[in-house]
Amino acid sequence: MASNQEVDATIGLDSSRTIEGSVFIGPDGVKKVLRRRPPLLEINSLNVIFGENQVLRDITLKIRRGETVAIIGESGCGKTVLLKTMIGLVAPTSGEVLFKGENLATLSDKELTEARSHYGFVFQMAALFDSMTIAENVSFPLRQHHKEMKRREVSERVERLLEEVGLNPSVVWNKTPSEISGGMRKRVGFARALAMDPEIMLYDEPTTGLDPIMSDVVNELMINARDRHHVAGVLVTHDMKSAVKVANRLVMLYPHALLKPDEPQMIFDGTADEIWRCEDKRVAQFIRGEAGDRIRDMSMDD
Amino acid sequence: MTKKSKNRRETSARDVFIKRVTGMGRAISSRVAFAGNLAVFSLSTLFWLVVKGPRRETLTRSFFNIGVLSLPVVMLTGTFIGMVLAVQAFPQFKVIGMETRIGAAINLSLVKELGPVLAATMLAGRVGSAIAAELGTMRVTEQIDALSSMGVNPVHYLVTPRFLACLILIPGLTLFADLMGVIGGAFFSIKLLDVDWSYYWEYSRHAVAMYDVLAGMFKSVFFGGAIALICCHQGFRCGAGAEGVGKAATSSFVLSFVAILFLDLLLDVMLDQFHELVLGGQSGSVV
Repeated sequence: MASNQEVDATIGLDSSRTIEGSVFIGPDGVKKVLRRRPPLLEINSLNVIFGENQVLRDITLKIRRGETVAIIGESGCGKTVLLKTMIGLVAPTSGEVLFKGENLATLSDKELTEARSHYGFVFQMAALFDSMTIAENVSFPLRQHHKEMKRREVSERVERLLEEVGLNPSVVWNKTPSEISGGMRKRVGFARALAMDPEIMLYDEPTTGLDPIMSDVVNELMINARDRHHVAGVLVTHDMKSAVKVANRLVMLYPHALLKPDEPQMIFDGTADEIWRCEDKRVAQFIRGEAGDRIRDMSMDD
Repeated sequence: MTKKSKNRRETSARDVFIKRVTGMGRAISSRVAFAGNLAVFSLSTLFWLVVKGPRRETLTRSFFNIGVLSLPVVMLTGTFIGMVLAVQAFPQFKVIGMETRIGAAINLSLVKELGPVLAATMLAGRVGSAIAAELGTMRVTEQIDALSSMGVNPVHYLVTPRFLACLILIPGLTLFADLMGVIGGAFFSIKLLDVDWSYYWEYSRHAVAMYDVLAGMFKSVFFGGAIALICCHQGFRCGAGAEGVGKAATSSFVLSFVAILFLDLLLDVMLDQFHELVLGGQSGSVV
């Protein structure tokens, strides 16, 4: 007689093809129930308002383990704000952000600190600490959270991380952030974000301000982080090439100020193939980089 | 036509009135919100100080920046204030034939008021503005967000060492300012104004009691705490760009200075009461 057995669903990179919550008979004849694992990150009906300015309206989004989601949209549409709400740096006005099923807004300081240690955040301008050397910057999270680690262990780990992002440890080790180039700073920021073996990486415009070659290096690092470290990723970018190359799924936000009262702010959620076929004029205008009526609208605003 | 224009005038007067009241309400609510924000920030600092003291490496750096590097400027200020007091007071005392008592006036003013207030002002100018500018730059360049994103509380990591350093080191700085002021005043009075040195020191000794020195140092602890909290708070809520950092640095000094003067008055009143009630008012006087 076949017995019921619960197993964790392996979430494929394309979540739309993953069978979850279904029952099937395995090759061994055992009846198995695929249990639905909660998404790693879940955003429900999120609204963010700064003073009288609403930035995000009714955003609902799920990020599953192993997938990379690119959030695209024009400047000022709230992409970075959305990214920061995902880690609790910006508090939602209403709605909830759940990390592994836990609402970030209801966590105590200690619990939030613990939750954040599962995140890696790559900032737009790297946000390295000016007063520290490159080695100290990369080892910072380890020194804060793994006090039991010996100095030699920390050094070895930092060395490995720097090599992984394509930097020569002996060259950059004792340099300060002001002594290295923008591309190197981004990669140091990347190494620092990976130091704690995160489960999810948040990238805030990681290719902005980089030359095309360095941009592609950063793209490869993001793919590498997903494939080798099995981390989920959320990439905020204007760079369509980067979004299409790195992400399994693309989400497009539209500026709240340009929306009609009943329109959703998330105007696209699908794969890279689907976005090129999307018939929404606003999506097409963005991905083709066309000014369209915007110049006329801007002159009318003036 | 006349009725219409009268109505229009009334509407416009009403609009102006509503605008003014709204503006006032907004200004009051923003100040109340600022005070509340500062109070929450201060409580958060105290909470982290009690729950988890600052790390040694951050504390050492803050002690060096705030204590050691401030010492020369505080001592220099103290010296010149002592000499300026001598220049200002001497003609007044000479008119009434009491120039030998000038030391009492200089030293009492120094240890009770000018030493603590000027040491605190120098600390606010040299250290406070630098703290606000440094933390403001960290805010603008997302370094504070980076700390949070790595599971490190920015108030614990950045504010508690600076707060503790200001709190602990300002009495020492005040003492050095007092000392150098006393030396500067004595040098100018005795060497350049020909005041008899034995009378100068004798009257000073009678006028200045240990209580006065300790009261000045006691006040300075509050000044130090206020400077650290105000300047760190200004840095944390810094606006965007270079302009935001500049504004944070300026407002941190202005607010710190106002706080120093307000606390000075408040603590003087309280210490006088304490002196009267507990110690029976036994202290030195100039005359």
